Amino acid sequence: MVQAIVFLPLLGAIVAGLISIFGAHARNPGGDSVEHHAEAHGHGEVPVTEEAGVIHAASHEPDAHGDHGDADHHAVEPPAAGSRAAELITTGLLFICAALSWFVLVDVGFLHHDARIALFPWINSGELQVAWSLRVDTLTAVMLVVVNTISSLVHLYSIGYMDEDPYRPRFFGYLSLFTFAMLMLVTADNLVQLFFGWEGVGLASYLLIGFWYQRPSANAAAIKAFIVNRVGDFGFALGIFAIFALIGSTDLETIFAGAPGLTGKTIDFLGWHADALTLTCLLLFMGAMGKSAQFLLHTWLPDAMEGPTPVSALIHAATMVTAGVFMVARLSPLFELAPTAQAFVMFIGATTAFFAATIGLVQNDIKRIVAYSTCSQLGYMFVAMGAGAYSVGMFHLFTHAFFKALLFLGSGSVIYAMHHEQDIRNMGGLWRKIPYTFAVMCIGTLALTGFPLFAGYFSKDAIIESAYASHNPFSTYAYLLTVGAAGLTSFYSWRLIFKTFFGEPHDEEHYEAAHESPLWMLIPIGVLAAGSILAGFPFKGLFAGHGVEEFFRDSVKMNPHILEDMENMPALLAPLPFVMMALGLLVSYIFYIQRPYLPVNLAEQQPMLYQFLLNKWYFDELYDLILVRPAKWIGRFLWKVGDGYLIDGLGPDGVSARVLDVTRNVVKIQTGYLYHYAFAMLIGVAGLITWFMFGFGGQ
Amino acid sequence: MTTWPILFIVTFLPIVGALIIYVSRGEDEAARRNSRWIALWTTLVTFAISLILVWRFDPANPDFQFVEKASWLATGITYHMGVDGISLPFVILTTALMPFCIIASWKSVTIRVREYMMAFLLLETLMVGTFCALDLVLFYLFFEGGLIPMFLIIGVWGGPRRVYASFKFFLYTLLGSVLMLLAIMALYWNAGTTDIPTLMHAAVPRSLQMWAWLAFFASFAVKMPMWPVHTWLPDAHVEAPTAGSVILAAILLKMGGYGFLRFSLPMFPLASHDFAPLIFSLSVIAIIYTSLVALMQEDIKKLIAYSSVAHMGFVTMGIFAGTMQGVAGGVFQMISHGIVSGALFLCVGIVYDRMHTREITAYGGLVNRMPLYALVFMVFTMANVGLPGTSGFVGEFMTLIGTFKVSIPTAVFATTGVILSAAYALWLYRKVIFGALVKSSLISIKDLTFRECLTLMPLAALTILFGIYPKPVLDMSAASVQQLVNNYNTAVTAVKAAALLQ
Repeated sequence: MVQAIVFLPLLGAIVAGLISIFGAHARNPGGDSVEHHAEAHGHGEVPVTEEAGVIHAASHEPDAHGDHGDADHHAVEPPAAGSRAAELITTGLLFICAALSWFVLVDVGFLHHDARIALFPWINSGELQVAWSLRVDTLTAVMLVVVNTISSLVHLYSIGYMDEDPYRPRFFGYLSLFTFAMLMLVTADNLVQLFFGWEGVGLASYLLIGFWYQRPSANAAAIKAFIVNRVGDFGFALGIFAIFALIGSTDLETIFAGAPGLTGKTIDFLGWHADALTLTCLLLFMGAMGKSAQFLLHTWLPDAMEGPTPVSALIHAATMVTAGVFMVARLSPLFELAPTAQAFVMFIGATTAFFAATIGLVQNDIKRIVAYSTCSQLGYMFVAMGAGAYSVGMFHLFTHAFFKALLFLGSGSVIYAMHHEQDIRNMGGLWRKIPYTFAVMCIGTLALTGFPLFAGYFSKDAIIESAYASHNPFSTYAYLLTVGAAGLTSFYSWRLIFKTFFGEPHDEEHYEAAHESPLWMLIPIGVLAAGSILAGFPFKGLFAGHGVEEFFRDSVKMNPHILEDMENMPALLAPLPFVMMALGLLVSYIFYIQRPYLPVNLAEQQPMLYQFLLNKWYFDELYDLILVRPAKWIGRFLWKVGDGYLIDGLGPDGVSARVLDVTRNVVKIQTGYLYHYAFAMLIGVAGLITWFMFGFGGQ
Repeated sequence: MTTWPILFIVTFLPIVGALIIYVSRGEDEAARRNSRWIALWTTLVTFAISLILVWRFDPANPDFQFVEKASWLATGITYHMGVDGISLPFVILTTALMPFCIIASWKSVTIRVREYMMAFLLLETLMVGTFCALDLVLFYLFFEGGLIPMFLIIGVWGGPRRVYASFKFFLYTLLGSVLMLLAIMALYWNAGTTDIPTLMHAAVPRSLQMWAWLAFFASFAVKMPMWPVHTWLPDAHVEAPTAGSVILAAILLKMGGYGFLRFSLPMFPLASHDFAPLIFSLSVIAIIYTSLVALMQEDIKKLIAYSSVAHMGFVTMGIFAGTMQGVAGGVFQMISHGIVSGALFLCVGIVYDRMHTREITAYGGLVNRMPLYALVFMVFTMANVGLPGTSGFVGEFMTLIGTFKVSIPTAVFATTGVILSAAYALWLYRKVIFGALVKSSLISIKDLTFRECLTLMPLAALTILFGIYPKPVLDMSAASVQQLVNNYNTAVTAVKAAALLQ
C-alpha cells in the first residue's frame, strides 16, 4: 500500500509527461534544416514578437482553446490532445493516494503498524550502503496525509484554474512529479534518499516557478529558488558527509543508535575543534533553512510567487517549504543531543517569525503577503523544534497546511476573478461579487491569526507556550517575538481581507467583470475551509496533549519535560496571544475601514521605516552587492587575467612568442654577406683552438 | 578462459574498418555514403563484441582478465593486454560512444568524409588500446598515438581558430608525455621490465617514486586537465567538430584519471600519499576557479568545457583520497561525465548544425520550437548540476563522502561546487532554452530529427538509469578498486609504522 502511495504520483507524472511531450512534438515537427527567410519577410522581427506575446498571454485569453482545426499552429497554441486525460489521470491517482494515506495514518498512528520496506540497492561501495527503501511511522504518516490531501485538492483546483493554459499536461506532470519527490522525501529511511527527495522537490519547484518560461521574471525567480536552495543543500550535504564519517552509515536507525556515543567528540576543521554533534546538526539545519526559507536564506520564497497560484499553495505553503521542519523532527534524536544547535534553531525560527511578519505589513501583492506569512509561520514551527516540542511543531505544520493552502487557493480565486490582477490596491469591495471566496478567505484568516476554535488557534498557542516553557537560552527571546508576530500576523492578514473585499472598488472595469470561479476550484477550497476548522481541536490531544506519547511513539524524540512544562503557563500570560490577535484585528480595522487615511499618513511620517520594510530589509540588494556581483567579477577576472593573461601568457602563448622571438633574431643573423659568415667562422675557429689548447693542456 | 583473442579483436577491429574505407577509393557521394556506413557498422560490431567482455567478465576477481601476451620487442617488453574492473568500464564507454559520434557526424561533416571516418576509427583503436595495455611501452604507444588523429580532427575539420587550438592541444599534451617517457625508462632500469602487473607489485625506492610520480603527474594532469594546465581544453573544444568534442570530453580526458589509477596510486603509493595535499589543493582550485569562469562564458561549448574541468576536479580529489568511496566514486564520476558531457556536446552540435553559431546570446526561447530538445537538454543539465536521480549525483556524492573522511577542508571547499555548478548550468539553460522566441533567425528552427533522437535518447536513458541504479558500474569495478585501496593503505601504513619505530 505504501508503494502505491509513493509511486502512483510518479506514474501520473510519466503519463502526463508523455502526453505533453507527444503533443508538443506534434506541434513542432523535427528537422535539421533552417529556412533563413529573414530577408524575405522584411520585418521578420515584428510578427515573432507578437506571436510570442500571444503565447505569453495565452493564459489570459478566455477563449484560448478554440477549435484547432483551422488554427495556424504558430498562433495561439491549442492544448495538446489528451489534456483532459492527463488532468483526470493525475488527479484521480492523487485522490487514491490521499484516501490510502488517511488509511495509513489510522493504521500506523493508532494500530501501531509501522513499516520499513526495502526496494532495491542504490549506492553500494565499501561501508557506504544506501538502498531505496520506504519507512512509515507516525511522523511519516502525518506527512503523507498532509502531502497527498493538499496535493489532490490542488490538482483538482488546477483543472479549473489552468483551464486556459495550452500547456496543461506539462503542468499536471510537474505537479505529480513534485508529489512523488515529496513522498520520497517523507518516506526516506536514510539520509541520502532524504536528499534525493529534497533535491527532487527543488527541481519540481524550479520547473513550476518557471512554468511560464516566456516571462523573464519567472525564469529569474526559478533560478533564484534553485540556487538559494542549493546554498542550503551545501550544508545538508556536508552534514551527511559528517554523519557518515562519524558513524559510518546513512541509515536513520543506525544513526540514532550511534548518536549518543558521539557526545563529546570533536571535528577538526582548519584547527578549529568543533563539537561533532553540534556542528553536524547545524550543517543539517542549514539545509532546512534553505528549503523552509528561514532568515538569511528566505529571499527565494517571495519571488517564487511568479509560479501559478496552485503551485504556491502546494509547494510554497503546504508541503515543500515544510520539508525543513520535517527534517528536524525526523532527526530529533540528533538535535536532542545538541542543545547549542537547538538554541540556534529557536533563534532563527523566532527571528524569521517576526522579521517576515514585519515585511508582510506593507506588501501590496496579494500572493506576496501570503508568502511572507508562510515564511513567518515556518519560523513558528522552528521555534517549537528548538524547544524540543517536535510534535507541537508538526501540529502547526498540519494545521498550517490546510489554512495556508486555503489562503493561497482563495487568493487564486480572487486573482482569477480579477483577471490576473494581483495588487490589492486595485481591488476592493469584492465581497459582493465573490461571496463564497470571501467566506472561505475569512475562515482561512481566522485560522491563521489564531482565532479561538479555529485550527491555528490550537497549534500556534501551543508553540508560544512551548517557547515560554522551554529551557532554551533563547526561550524568552522566542516567546516575545512570537507573541509580537502574532499581533503583526493578525494585522496584515486582516489588512489583506479589508483591502480586497471591503471598501470601494479601485478598478471598476475588473470589478464589474469579476465573477465566482468554476466549481473545480470552489470544491477544493471548500474542503480546505472545513479542514481549517476541523484540523485543530480533534487533533490537539494527539499532537500537543496527553496522546503524544501513544501517537508518535519512537518516530520523534521529544524533550522529556516540555509537554508538562507547557501546562504550567502562568494564568496571566496564557491569553496574551489572543489579546495580540484582537489588537491586530482592531488596528487593521481602524486603519483600513474606519480611517483609511491613517496608513498613508504613517507611511509619509516614517519614510525610512516604510521603505525599509517595503524593500524587504534590502536583503536582495545586499546579496547582490556582496555575493552576486563579486562572483561575476571574480569569474571574469579569473577568465581574462588568470587564464588568458597569466596561464596562457606564461604558458603556451608565451613560450611560442619567445620561440618566435628567437627565430626572428636567428633569421637576422643570416644576412647573406660572405664576410659576415667568414668573420663568424674565424671567431669559431679561434674559440675552438683556444679550448683545445687549454682544455687538453690541463690534462 | 577465452579461446580467441577477444581484446585483440576489440582493439584492432576499427583499424580493419579504416583499411576498408581506405581501400574503397572515390570522392563522389556514393563513396562518402559507403565510408559512413562502413564506419558505423565497424563501431557497432566493435561495441557488440565488447559487450561479450562484460558478459564473460568475473566481477569478483580483482585481477586482470582476458589476458593476452606475446613477445614483442626486446626482453621485458611484450605485447600484453588485459582488463580489470577499473579499465573495463572505460573500454565499454569508448566502444559505446563511438557509434554515437559517427551518427552525429552523419550530415555535419561534408568534406574529406573518408579521412574523417578513418581518423575516428584509428582513434578508437588507440583509445581502447590505452585502456587495455598492460605493458608500459605499449601503453605509451597507444596513449601518445591517440594525439595524432585528434590533432588532425581538430586541425582539419575544426572551426576558424583550429590551427591555434590543435597546436596548443598537441604541445601541452606532448610536453607532459615526454616526461612520462623518461619515467618509464627509469622504471625499466629499476625493475628490468615494463610489464605493468609486475611493476605494480615491485617495490620502488622512495626517491624514485617521487620523481616518477611527478613525471607521470605531468602527463596525466595535462590530460585530465587539472588546473593550471587546463587552458588547452576550452580552445580545443571550441574549435573541434562536434564528434571530436564528444570524444575529447568523454574519453580522452578519462585517460588522465585512468593513468592515476593504473600507475600513480598502485606503483607509487608513498609518493601519492605525500603529494595528496597538492592534488587536493589543485582539485579544489579547479572546482571553484573553473566554475566561476564558466559563469561568465559567452560560448556554449566553452562553458561546458570549463564545467568539465570542474567535474574532473572531483575525480582527482576522489582518487587521491585513497578511500573506497573516493576511488570508486572517481571511476563512476568519469563514466558518468563521459556520458553526460558527451551528450551535452552533442546537444550543442545539434543547434550549431542549424544556426552555425555557439554564441549564447544568439539563442533564446528554443523550447517554443524544440520541446524534445529542451527535454533532453534539461536531463543533461540536471546531471551536470549533480541532481540526485541522475548519474552525475552518484559520482560527486561518492567522491565527496570519500574525501571528507580524509580531508575535511577539501571536501568543504569542493562542495561549494554544487552551488556554482547550479548557477552556471541553469543560467545557460535559461539563456538558450527558456524565454520568448524573439530572434528572427530562430523562427523556423525545427526540433530533433529521428537521427538526433537516436544519439541523445539512449544517453538520456543511461543518465537516469545510472542515477537510480548505479550498481552495474559500481559492481564491475568494486573488487579491483577494493584491491587497489587495500594495497595503497597497506603501503602507506607500513611506512608510517616504520617511521614510528625509528
